[in-house]
Amino acid sequence: MSQTAKRVRAFRLNGRAHEVLVADNVLLLDTLREALGLTGTKRGCDGGECGACTVLIDGTPRLACLTRTEECEGHGVETIEGLVENGRMSRLQRAFHERLGTQCGYCTPGMVMAAEGLLRRNPDPSAAEIRAALAGNICRCTGYVKIVEAIEDAARGAP
Amino acid sequence: MELLPPFHVATPGSIAAAVAAGQDHAASRFIAGGTDLMVNLRHGIGDPATLIDLRGIPELRHVSAEPDGLVIGAAVTLAELAEHPAVASRYPAIATAAAAVGAPAHRAAGTVGGNLCLDTRCIFYNRSAWWREANGFCLKYQGDTCHVAPTGKRCHAAFSGDLAPALLVHAAEIDIAGPGGVRRQPLAELYAEDGAAHLSLAPGEFLVRVVVAADPWPASYAKARARGAIDFPLAGVAVALRRSGEEVDGLRVALTGTNARPFLLAGTDALLGAPVSPAWLDRLGRLVQKQVSPMRTTLLAAQYRRRVAAALAQRLAATLGGLDAVGRAA
Ligand SMILES: Cc1cc2nc3c(=O)[nH]c(=O)nc-3n(C[C@H](O)[C@H](O)[C@H](O)COP(=O)(O)OP(=O)(O)OC[C@H]3O[C@@H](n4cnc5c(N)ncnc54)[C@H](O)[C@@H]3O)c2cc1C
Ligand code: SF4
Ligand code: FES
Ligand code: FES
Repeated sequence: MSQTAKRVRAFRLNGRAHEVLVADNVLLLDTLREALGLTGTKRGCDGGECGACTVLIDGTPRLACLTRTEECEGHGVETIEGLVENGRMSRLQRAFHERLGTQCGYCTPGMVMAAEGLLRRNPDPSAAEIRAALAGNICRCTGYVKIVEAIEDAARGAP
Repeated sequence: MELLPPFHVATPGSIAAAVAAGQDHAASRFIAGGTDLMVNLRHGIGDPATLIDLRGIPELRHVSAEPDGLVIGAAVTLAELAEHPAVASRYPAIATAAAAVGAPAHRAAGTVGGNLCLDTRCIFYNRSAWWREANGFCLKYQGDTCHVAPTGKRCHAAFSGDLAPALLVHAAEIDIAGPGGVRRQPLAELYAEDGAAHLSLAPGEFLVRVVVAADPWPASYAKARARGAIDFPLAGVAVALRRSGEEVDGLRVALTGTNARPFLLAGTDALLGAPVSPAWLDRLGRLVQKQVSPMRTTLLAAQYRRRVAAALAQRLAATLGGLDAVGRAA
């Protein structure tokens, strides 16, 4: 029970250099929410099954509930908080809002980050490609149709 | 869910350093993407003092698809494998199986080695520590009774990795590193029919790479699952089928999700020398139904998994044999 020594881990978080003092057995989800106060990233199933905790690591969607903070050393982590531009929601966030792609909102940060990862790789995805990219994100409210429409809108440049 | 147990992470940069780390730390486990092991650790399954992260070893991160064969490093991610152009074009069964794992974020983190060395699964095992404790634990870990087959003395948890059958039908071999050096063996020999000890790796041994011969037989993979994504296979089947003229002159069928190990169907030689026909497909289906042994380890009935395994094998073989998916002349 002696192996919990903390170490300083340096990584980029939402574009800015960050250092956190953390033990190897601490999850990224806990560092974000508990240590850094970035509660936009949600804890849903807490076991890799729902996508609510989706963040981007080096631009790729990953699950913060299965990722140790230690693994992020030297990499770039982006959370929902990082999408805000000058205090305004990004186009993708606005599209979720306008298109009613969010209801209770619990799945939304994960959905938006999964969609953000897709749009960076593929700025003009088909509905099938959107569904495939969001296949790991579960929503209890919307029925998904509005979410896909929101992402299509964001890709097309509306609203 | 529970906190993670206390552990520290070692990040060796070479095969030799990883072997040495395994010897230095008695209570250690190898880890790659962590998409299986992290969940289990949080469920109170295992209490390693050290995790040895294999992803910093350059040899393990490489796919090479040369004319003389395919070499896949154990720490290559499933997304990298599925999207590799030469794998997708020449080894479609392997690419399909890799793309059928979980959802995109699992494939971005999960690796080939982790998929092949995946722990076996059961509805009485993939549970929180308090759930398992309230249920008296079970034979596989911390308990002494199997809730699936209480009179038996062995665990029937199902191996549920998607990639293994697609590699087995290509007669893949693996390199294993350990204190004794690196050895090569058929992938099939990695596995044993025991849900509590399904891998034949000795302590301190890990997978380095998978090697597949060039000129693979035409092959494909399919799985049955409750939803179109995320879910593990209730049954997964790969078929490799070579024809000379109309007649089948090479056939390998491998299964996952139905037994404690992924395995190559025995007795397929009896199906050689004839064209694929409805009667031939019946014989194949019966062979599959006889050799799979799904138990009540999933929410869906074992009998469904038995029948869907046979149906998938028949569908894949029909298509590879020049018929349509239900066995009519295409
Ligand atoms: C919600 C969810 C859904 C999933 N769905 C699927 C699915 O549909 N199909 C599927 O196949 N899997 C599925 N998985 C499981 C998992 O994501 C994948 O199997 C993945 O490939 C595991 O790889 P990893 O690198 O993350 O393994 P890890 O978790 O790092 O390791 C898994 C095991 O393998 C061992 N190991 C890792 N690398 C090596 C090595 N090189 N040599 C020896 N031992 C090694 C570890 O010690 C551990 O015991 C799912 C997981 C989750 C959480
Ligand atoms: S098959 Fe039996 S021993 Fe194995 S995990 Fe399930 S309940 Fe436990
Ligand atoms: S909280 Fe991470 S996948 Fe559900
Ligand atoms: S909006 Fe409620 S879970 Fe998706």
